[in-house]
Amino acid sequence: MLMYIGRRLVLAVFTCLAISVLTFIIIRLPPGDFVDAYIANLASTGSSITAEQAESMRHEYGLDRPVVIQYALWLGRIVEGDFGVSMMWRRPVTEVIGDRLWLTMVVSFAALFLTWTLALPIGIYSAVRQYSFGDYFFTMLGFLGLAVPNFLLALILMYLGFRYLGLSVGGLFSADYAQAPWSLAKVWDLTKHLPLPACVLALAGTAHQIRIMRANLLDELRKPYVITARAKGIPERRVILKYPVRAALNPFASSIAYIFPYLVSGSIIVSLVLGLPTVGPLLLQALVAQDMFLAGTIVLLLGVMTVVGTLISDLLLMWIEPRLRITGR
Amino acid sequence: MSATTASSASSGASLADDKLAQAGQLRLTWLRFKRHKLALISLFIVALFYLLAIFADFVAISDPHHTDARRSYMPPQGIHLFDENGFAPHVYGLKGSRDMKTFKMVYVPDPSKKIYIAFFAPGYDYNLFGLIPTNRHLFALINPTPVDGIFLLGTDQLGRDLFSRLAVATRISLSIGLASVGLSLILGILLGGISGLYGGIIDTVIQRLIELIRSIPTIPLWMGIAAALPNTWSVLQVYFAITLIISLIGWTELARVVRGRFLALREEDFVIAAELVGAGQFRIMLRHMLPSFTSHVIAAVSLALPAMIISETSLSFLGLGLRPPAISWGILLQDAQNVQVLAGAPWLLLAAVPVVLVILAFNFLGDGLRDAADPYG
Repeated sequence: MLMYIGRRLVLAVFTCLAISVLTFIIIRLPPGDFVDAYIANLASTGSSITAEQAESMRHEYGLDRPVVIQYALWLGRIVEGDFGVSMMWRRPVTEVIGDRLWLTMVVSFAALFLTWTLALPIGIYSAVRQYSFGDYFFTMLGFLGLAVPNFLLALILMYLGFRYLGLSVGGLFSADYAQAPWSLAKVWDLTKHLPLPACVLALAGTAHQIRIMRANLLDELRKPYVITARAKGIPERRVILKYPVRAALNPFASSIAYIFPYLVSGSIIVSLVLGLPTVGPLLLQALVAQDMFLAGTIVLLLGVMTVVGTLISDLLLMWIEPRLRITGR
Repeated sequence: MSATTASSASSGASLADDKLAQAGQLRLTWLRFKRHKLALISLFIVALFYLLAIFADFVAISDPHHTDARRSYMPPQGIHLFDENGFAPHVYGLKGSRDMKTFKMVYVPDPSKKIYIAFFAPGYDYNLFGLIPTNRHLFALINPTPVDGIFLLGTDQLGRDLFSRLAVATRISLSIGLASVGLSLILGILLGGISGLYGGIIDTVIQRLIELIRSIPTIPLWMGIAAALPNTWSVLQVYFAITLIISLIGWTELARVVRGRFLALREEDFVIAAELVGAGQFRIMLRHMLPSFTSHVIAAVSLALPAMIISETSLSFLGLGLRPPAISWGILLQDAQNVQVLAGAPWLLLAAVPVVLVILAFNFLGDGLRDAADPYG
C-alpha cells in the first residue's frame, strides 16, 4: 500500500515537472521575448525605454542566458510564488487569477462527485435489470452523453432556458453576489448555481462509466459463484452488492482516475459558453492577447491542481478497492 | 479432389460449415459485424458523410464564401415540391420591403414569385476533387436573381447559406479527424509495439509516459499551443499544425491497445512456432502478428476518431483552431456561441446535428467493430 502511494507520488511529481516544461515552452512560443512584448506594450501607450534599460531588464530576468538556465530561473521564481506580471491587466498574475482557480476546481470536483455518485448505482441498476425500460433509457442517455460534446450541451441548454423559460442559465453567482466578498450566503448562492454546469460537465464521463460498470457487472453476474450464493439463500440485494459489484469495481475504478483531467479540460470550454467566472474565459483572453505569463500560469496551475486532484481521487479509490491496497498496483 | 466432391455431396449444412471453417479472418469479422444492426447502419451513415465530404462542392447550393447582406439571417426555407402543373420543385423568391419601425430593408419570401429548381444544373464555379473545373451541382435554381437562393437550413449573419457551408465544412472536419488518427496510429503502433515487444525498462518508460500524458488536462494545453501558431500562417499550415497537436495527445489509447495485443499474441503458439522455425522478428511481426490485431486496431481507430473530431470542433469553436475563411463544424458553431444571436436565429444550432450524428455513428461503428474484431470469441 505504501508502495502504491509512493509510486503515485513520484508520478505526480514527474507530471508536475513535465507540465512546467510544457508551460515554459508555451510561454516562449510566441516570437520575441518578454521584454520585446513589454516594449511593444509601452509603445502602444506612448512611452518607451532605452536600449540599455531593455538590456538590463533582459539581464535581470536572465533572458540573455541559455534556455535551460532560463527555465531553472523561471521555475525558481514560481516555487517562490512569483508568477510574473500580466501584461494585459498590469497586475501580478496571482491577483488577476484570484478566486477563479478555486472556482474551476469547485466546478470540476462537483462534476467528479456527480460522476461517481451517478455512474455507480445506475451502472448496477442497468446490469441487474438488463433490457428493462430503465436500462434502455439510461443506455440511450449514455449514448447521447457520449455523442454531444459538453460545450454543445451547454449551448443547447442555454438556448432552451432562454427561449422557453426566459432566464439566463449561465454564471455561478446571482448578480447580487458576483462582486460581494465571501460569506455564507454567497456560498449558498454558489451551491444553487453549481448543479447545472456540474451536470453538463459530468454527462459524458458518467455515460462512459455507466457503460463500463454495466458491462463488467454483467460479466460477473454470469459467473457460477453468484448462482452458488443465490442457491445458499443469501438475500438478492446482498448477493449482488457483496460479491459481483466489488469484483466489477476494479476496471470501473481504474478508469475513473482518468476522469478528473478530462473534467478540468471540459470545464474550460463549458465555462466559456456558460459564462462561469472560472479560469476558462481568462485563459482564452490571455492567449488571444498573447499575455503569456498569465496564460502560462493558468496552464501550469491547472495542470498541477489536476495532478493533485487525481492523486486525491486515487487515494479515495484505494479505500474502496481492497486489491489496490494489497497488490499495490 | 475426390475428397472435395465427397464433402460437397453431403448435406448443405456441412457445406456451410466448411465454408465458415475455411473463411479468412476478414470474412469472419465481416460476418460477425453484419449481425450488429446498429453498427451496420452507422457504417452507412459514416460512408455517407465521407461521400458528402468528397462531393461537398457538388452538393453545396451556393458558394459557401459568398456574402450578401440582403439575405442575412434568413430562416430555413422549405422546398415546395408541387405547383399547379404537378411535380415541379420550387422555392419562393425574396422580396424586399422596408420595416417602418426600424427603416431597415427586410427580405421575406414572396409566394407569388416561384423559382424552379433543376437537378444537375449549373451553379457557382468550383474544382471537383480540387482538380476538374466545373459548375455542375446536385441541384440549383433556374435563372435566380442575385438575392434568391435555396436556404434549406437558413443563412448566417453574412447571408451565407448554412447548408452549403455545412457540406463544405464536412470536408475539413472529417479529414482532420482521419489525418490526426493516422498520425496517432503511427505513433501508437510504434510506441505501443516497442513497448509490448521488448518489455522491461522500455515498456515501463513508455507506460509512465502514457500515464503522464493522460493526467494532463488537454484542452488548456492545446489552447496554449494553438494560440502560439503565428497569425500569418496559411489555412493549410494551420490545418497541419492542428492535426499534429491533436494527434500528439491522442495516440496514448491506441498505443495501449497495440501493446495489449502484442503482449497477448507474444504467448500464442503460432508465434512461438514461427520463432522456432527461425523466422526473423520483423517477419513474425508483419506476417504473423499484424493480421491478428488489425481488426482490433481498426476498432480502436473508429473509437478514437470521434474524440479527434470533437477536439478539432472544440478548438475551432474557441477560435483557436482553424480560422475563417476555412470552414469547419467548429467554425460554424462559433457563430452560434451567443444566446442573443441564437434567440434570433436558432437554426444556427443545426450545425451541431452533423457533429452529433457522426460522433454517434462512429461510436456505434467502433462498438460493432470491437465485438467483431474477435470472430472466434
